[in-house]
Order: sequence, then structure tokens, then C-alpha cells
Amino acid sequence: MSFLSYLINGISLGSVYAIIALGYTMVYGIAKMLNFAHGDVIMVGGYAALTMMLSLNANPLVGVLVAIVVCTVLGITIEAVAYRPLRGAASPLAVLITAIGVSYFLQNMVLLIFGSNPKSFQSVVPLPDLKLAGGALTITAETIVTITSCIIIMVVLTTFINKTKTGQAMQAVSEDKGAAQLMGINVNKTIALTFAIGSGLAAVAGVLLCSSYPSLSPYTGSMPGIKAFVAAVFGGIGSIPGAMLGGILLGVIEILAKAYISSQLADAIVFAVLIVVLLVKPTGLLGKPIQEKV
Amino acid sequence: MAMLEVKDLEVYYGMIQAIKGISFQVNEGEVIALVGANGAGKTTILHTITGLLSPKKGSVIFEGKDITKIPAHKIVSLGMAHVPEGRRVFAQLTVYQNLMMGAFTRTDKNEIEESLRAVYKRFPRLEERKNQVAGTLSGGEQQMLAMGRALMSKPRIILMDEPSMGLSPILVNEIFDIIQSVSAGGTTVLLVEQNAKKALSIANRAYVLETGKIVLDGDAKDLLNDDSIKKAYLGE
Repeated sequence: MSFLSYLINGISLGSVYAIIALGYTMVYGIAKMLNFAHGDVIMVGGYAALTMMLSLNANPLVGVLVAIVVCTVLGITIEAVAYRPLRGAASPLAVLITAIGVSYFLQNMVLLIFGSNPKSFQSVVPLPDLKLAGGALTITAETIVTITSCIIIMVVLTTFINKTKTGQAMQAVSEDKGAAQLMGINVNKTIALTFAIGSGLAAVAGVLLCSSYPSLSPYTGSMPGIKAFVAAVFGGIGSIPGAMLGGILLGVIEILAKAYISSQLADAIVFAVLIVVLLVKPTGLLGKPIQEKV
Repeated sequence: MAMLEVKDLEVYYGMIQAIKGISFQVNEGEVIALVGANGAGKTTILHTITGLLSPKKGSVIFEGKDITKIPAHKIVSLGMAHVPEGRRVFAQLTVYQNLMMGAFTRTDKNEIEESLRAVYKRFPRLEERKNQVAGTLSGGEQQMLAMGRALMSKPRIILMDEPSMGLSPILVNEIFDIIQSVSAGGTTVLLVEQNAKKALSIANRAYVLETGKIVLDGDAKDLLNDDSIKKAYLGE
């Protein structure tokens, strides 16, 4: 029974990684850049929700919605102010370094406003836990909500990308910006939209993460951000199903390693798995080199 | 009045001047060929017309409107389509999705449907493969897709960059037949080609480019019989 419980916890943590990894992978797919500030957007989302719930006594759901709006606006702003001017810069390192700069900027801005003491987060899921098998297996309400959210996000996002005109325009921009412009697609707007979606998802991830692990500090986003980046690479960066699979596998591996091997070595094991996967399959689990006949 | 007019165009790549003051015009209904060797600047001119590159000097006038500073994504809705060199179809989208991207700026559902039927009629192979991912098409099919995609915007002028590149002689003939039928359908054509003989044989007029300058222009048939052209470009 304990294995099952670990597995469910792993899937839950993995769902959070997966939602964050979607933001990484979509931005990489379209803007061809690694947005290392993505993890910190999660943390900002957490603070936005917490502020609404604590200071303004808002309903948790309102807190979540405000967090989504704040992060979406933040994502669009970061892209427009920090990344767009560097598009077409001589070196792709310029935008990478800027992303790291934005990451520190966000951490320190929050540090300045809210201080460095971790705040205890209040769960946004006011539901009772689910007890199964006569109380032998307990699944928290947070776990259920997290996994359900992840599934809903995956389905909606996949449908959006594959079935709508805007979604297909995003794929077109990700493949060939020049040709996309010749079709009449506004590349800047499409990239901004990608940042908006990725950051909105980061807010959801932030709230879910803090509900399960209720401590929030300006550095809360760093580690999940890096893990989600690993998950995106693990699954095949640029691939949306890859980000989902990578995220969930990573969460499961992390929790199982913590439970059965060593809680101190868990992170090392996670990264070791990444290294092995990349040695065997450099494009990640679901990433495939584009096959093109010329 | 010319439909498309390029005036005193100068384009640089960094410090290197690729286009050194070029002027030409395309009248409605014409097929105009830009011919010249590799590196003469033919592709650069098309990219500058559709806004993928900005010129340092000069202007591009389309139907009386100065479009020199209009961004690339706003050009297609003015009635100008560009079939880029190397096809550049969206490899991971299906044939159908690629064609619909061609109609991206259009909102008239019924008319888009009509354009789609017209494209499928012109390229039956695209209809056979409409659910296939474009990256798996052959070179000739990709060229047809790129042309069909451009036609989906219902252009009044279509710019084609090296449509015959890398195709077998049979396919080259097929592509040139299609260009002629597009022209016969009332669309003006600006054609860039290294295959000068083929291009001159279907064009009304032509401009011959050499390292960023127009060195010769005139009636396509006269150029086809011109001795210096024969020597330099037709391998005779």
C-alpha cells in the first residue's frame, strides 16, 4: 500500500513539474530560447495568490485567478522588455544571460516586498482527503486536484495547438518564422501569446505546488524551475507530450528515490537519470529530429 | 501604371552591398522573370519586396502604395504572395493545415473553402495527401504545396523564388506549366529563376541580374535569342 501511496505522490509532484515544463518547452519551441526566469514566475504566482487570500481574505479560487492574471501580465512584460529587443542578437547567449538576470531580478524584487522569511501557504483546496482501503491509503485533496488540473491542461492545450488556427500559427512560427510572416502571421504577437500561456500555467503550478508543500519564499521557484527544465529536456524539449511525460516521470522517480533509496540522494538520482537518458537518446524521450526531404 | 514598382533599391547584408541600385516594374497580368547566376541578388530582391529584409535606400510601390516599410506579415493581405526559395513548407503540419496557413489572414469561410477546392483541382496530388505531414512529401509535391499555400491567400501578384530548384526535368516542365496556368488565371507573376531558358520561355519580359545590378532587360523572346545571353546563361 505504501508503494501505491508513493506512486500517487510522485505523479502529483510530477504533474506540477509537467505544468511548469510546458512553459519551458513552448517558449523554447517558438522563441528558441531557454527562459530561466520561468521558475521565478511560479514563485510570483504563489505570492500573488497568498496576498489575495491572506490580506484581502479572498476566496482561494479568486486567489488562483489573480495569480494567473498577474503571471500572464508578468510573462508578457518580461518578453517585451527583456527578450524581444535581443531577438536577432548576434549571440543566442545574450538572451540566455538576460533570462538569468530576470530570474535574479524577480527573486530580489519579491525579497524586497515580502522579506526573506518563508511564509506558510494556505492550501487553495478546502476539501477533505480521500481515504481508501479502510484508511490504509490516504490521497490528499491537493493531490487529486493537482493531477486533475494537469490532465485538463494537457487536453486543452493539445486541442488548442492542433485544432485552432492560432495554435497552428504557433507551430508555423516555431518551424519557420520567415515563412510564417509570409502567411501573414505576426511573429511578435505569437511569441507574446506563448509567454502569456506559459506564465499563466506557471501561476497554476505555483499555487498547486504551494498547496502541497506549504512554504513560500523568494527562492521557492528555483528548484522546481530547474527540475521542470530537466523534465522538458528529459521528454524532448519542444515537445508538449514530452514535457508531460518527462514531468511525471521525474516526479515519480524523485519520490520513489526519496522513499526507497535516500532522501538526500534523491535529486542526484533524478539528474543521473537525465544524464543516462540523454546519453542513450540525445533528443529526449519524445523529441525527434525533424525529418525533412529536400 | 505599373502594378509593382521597385525604385533605386539598395540592400546591404552588414557591410556588404547585395543590391546596388535596382529599378524595375511589373505590369498587371505580366509574367516577369528575374534571371541571373547564383549570388546575383535575385532572392534578396524578393525578400526586400515582401518585407523580410529592409532596404537601405529605394522604395517598393505596390498598386500605388509605398510598402517599403510595411512589416512582412502585413504584406500578404495586400494581395501579394511569396513562394520562398527552398519551398519552406511547414514540415510538421499536414498538407491541409499548410494550405489553411496560406489563408491565415482571410476570414471569409465560404470563399476560403472555394479557394481550397481550386487548389485541389490544380494540384490533385495535394488532395490525395491532404492529411499527410508536409515533411514527408517529395520535393515536387512540396513545391506544389508551397505554390498552393501561396494561392490560398488569393493574391493578385505572386512572387516565386526558384520553383524549379532541385526537381527532375519532368517535374520542372510540370511546374512551369502550372506557373503559366496561374498567370492565365489572371495572377501577375514575378519569377526568379536560375533556369534562365525555361524562365524566358514563359515570361513576357525579363531582367538580367549580375552581382546586384541589372545588366540587361527587355522582351523575353529577344533575350532568349540574344547571343551574349545564350553564352552566359543558356550554355549554348
